[in-house]
Amino acid sequence: MAQFANLLLDALVSGILVGGFYAAMAVGISIAFGMLGISNIAHPAVILLGSFIAYLLNTNFGWDPMLVGMLAAVPFYYLGTALYTGYEVAFERRGAELIRGLAFFFGLLFITEVGLQLAFGVDYRLVGAAYIGPTLDFGPLSLPLRMLLPFLGSIVLLAGLQLFFATTFMGRAIMAVAQDKLALQLMGAAPTRIKRIAFGISTATAALAGAFLIIVQPVEPSMGRDYIGRIFAICVLGGVGSLPGTFLAAVIVGVAESITATFYGPSWSPAVAFGMLLVALVVRPTGLFGRA
Amino acid sequence: MMSNPRFIVVAILCGAFLTAASLFVKNEYYVFTAYFVLQYVVLATAWNILGGYVGYVNFGTTAFLAIGLYSAVAINKWLDFPIPVLILIAGVLCGGIGLAMGYLTIRLRGIYFTIATLALSVVVQTLITNWDYVGGSRGLYIMRPSEAPLFGSYVNYLFFLMVILAVLSIVTARVIEKSNFGLGLAAVRDDETAAAAAGVPTLRLKLIAATISGAFMGMAGAPLPFYLTYVEPSSSFSLAYTVNSVAMPLVGGTASWMGPVIGAVLLGSMQQAMTVLISSSVNLLVVGVLLVLFVVAAPNGILGLLQTFRGRKPKADANPIANLLVPEKQSRR
Repeated sequence: MAQFANLLLDALVSGILVGGFYAAMAVGISIAFGMLGISNIAHPAVILLGSFIAYLLNTNFGWDPMLVGMLAAVPFYYLGTALYTGYEVAFERRGAELIRGLAFFFGLLFITEVGLQLAFGVDYRLVGAAYIGPTLDFGPLSLPLRMLLPFLGSIVLLAGLQLFFATTFMGRAIMAVAQDKLALQLMGAAPTRIKRIAFGISTATAALAGAFLIIVQPVEPSMGRDYIGRIFAICVLGGVGSLPGTFLAAVIVGVAESITATFYGPSWSPAVAFGMLLVALVVRPTGLFGRA
Repeated sequence: MMSNPRFIVVAILCGAFLTAASLFVKNEYYVFTAYFVLQYVVLATAWNILGGYVGYVNFGTTAFLAIGLYSAVAINKWLDFPIPVLILIAGVLCGGIGLAMGYLTIRLRGIYFTIATLALSVVVQTLITNWDYVGGSRGLYIMRPSEAPLFGSYVNYLFFLMVILAVLSIVTARVIEKSNFGLGLAAVRDDETAAAAAGVPTLRLKLIAATISGAFMGMAGAPLPFYLTYVEPSSSFSLAYTVNSVAMPLVGGTASWMGPVIGAVLLGSMQQAMTVLISSSVNLLVVGVLLVLFVVAAPNGILGLLQTFRGRKPKADANPIANLLVPEKQSRR
């Protein structure tokens, strides 16, 4: 019985840690998809791009992956704004967002993935840093630092974004564009510019999430695909566009996966998030915290 | 415009010609290649019935194909049915799954259908990987007879089956296009609210399209294990099937049955050539680049470009290249 309790506790804790890290991966989609209505399914591939940048700078110059993530967020922001400008001209203005926009992002996902494969091969890559190996021990609990740091980083990232959206002028403008674009236009604001900035922020989070990802586990170019469904499951569960909801949903998915892996074997855990997504879509498509 | 019965006769004649031609080809590699291209004709046409005609994007082609594939593997191992029966079973099964997915998600926004189909591939892959009867993650060898009655070689027999499926899918797509059902689908695609207000039974039409589309994808998968002779999950669930079945109709043009066929023949034979000459990851990269190029620069695909060159007055919003020639500015939304 004590062993069972220990297993359960371990599964819970590692699920919470993994879930927090999932939140960092999902927050970009939460902004792009939830607030801007842009179905950016290329986001996981961009996250992997971030991972490989961290890998390159880490192995060649010994830079800390966390630091690389923060630095790379700046060019990623501009990558995002450039991407949105192209997307806006090619699709939004023409009103052909859904089919062609989806196909566009799907193509980008594929190009990024195959490009990374050609550049780095299909081997798993990892980074070196002081916090990769050690664990913190609290009695029966052991927290690996390589899980704990991304978890904490993710909390800081989401809290920072939430603060930005709630308090700053631009943040509130982004929320407004999410709610009613026409009304915003009538107030004399330019929705395109606001959406461009928001999409830049969404892409910038991928740099950090990518750094977290390669700290948590070794990465390989086609891995992003496994995360697409998981990330969208988290966004839908959390109520699209709600950051606290995203975080909570991410933790729920993380715990559910970790418990499944502990008690039924890790080969079943990929199906957990998708099962939850399907149930969520059928039962409550507005998510746990969404407005109806 | 050709009438339906005449079109069906022409399609059957083309199929008979292809089959007859395959019997005279000495090098089996070419028959394999042609099989590969025809399989994509079926997949792209099936995708277009839902994606092009109704506007619902399915990113789960791989899942449907693999369900068809593995249902054939399992039933063949259990009961040893002939392949045509396996194809029918796979069609019914995948049609049912298409209907169920549609029923669960299509009532919501289209994007949720897309995400759910993406998720479906991962769920199905997990199930198959954990299912030992069909080999689990280790994979399974499929014994096939070296000869088939009437056709001599078994590869020619498989090719014949795929020709039938291709003819069947193209005829179905074309019949839908010219029917009231197809008009209803187009109305749903262009403006669902208006269509519903005009009395089009939108949900029912979408569900029928999802069923037909899923059924053809599954049927295309059923002969595949006998073609490959070895199946295992990670290659059976290759994203290449999905990206191709999306890229081919969009490159060819989604408005007509001809688009997916053009796209499948072009991209399919290009990939076969490039796999031999360069490498298979480069050819997938090219497919991705073409997909992005076409959706950005030529949203109506090759068919749209042909129409423009033939000098029909281009619709200003349909083709940005043509759009440059039209001086007056469009009103921005």
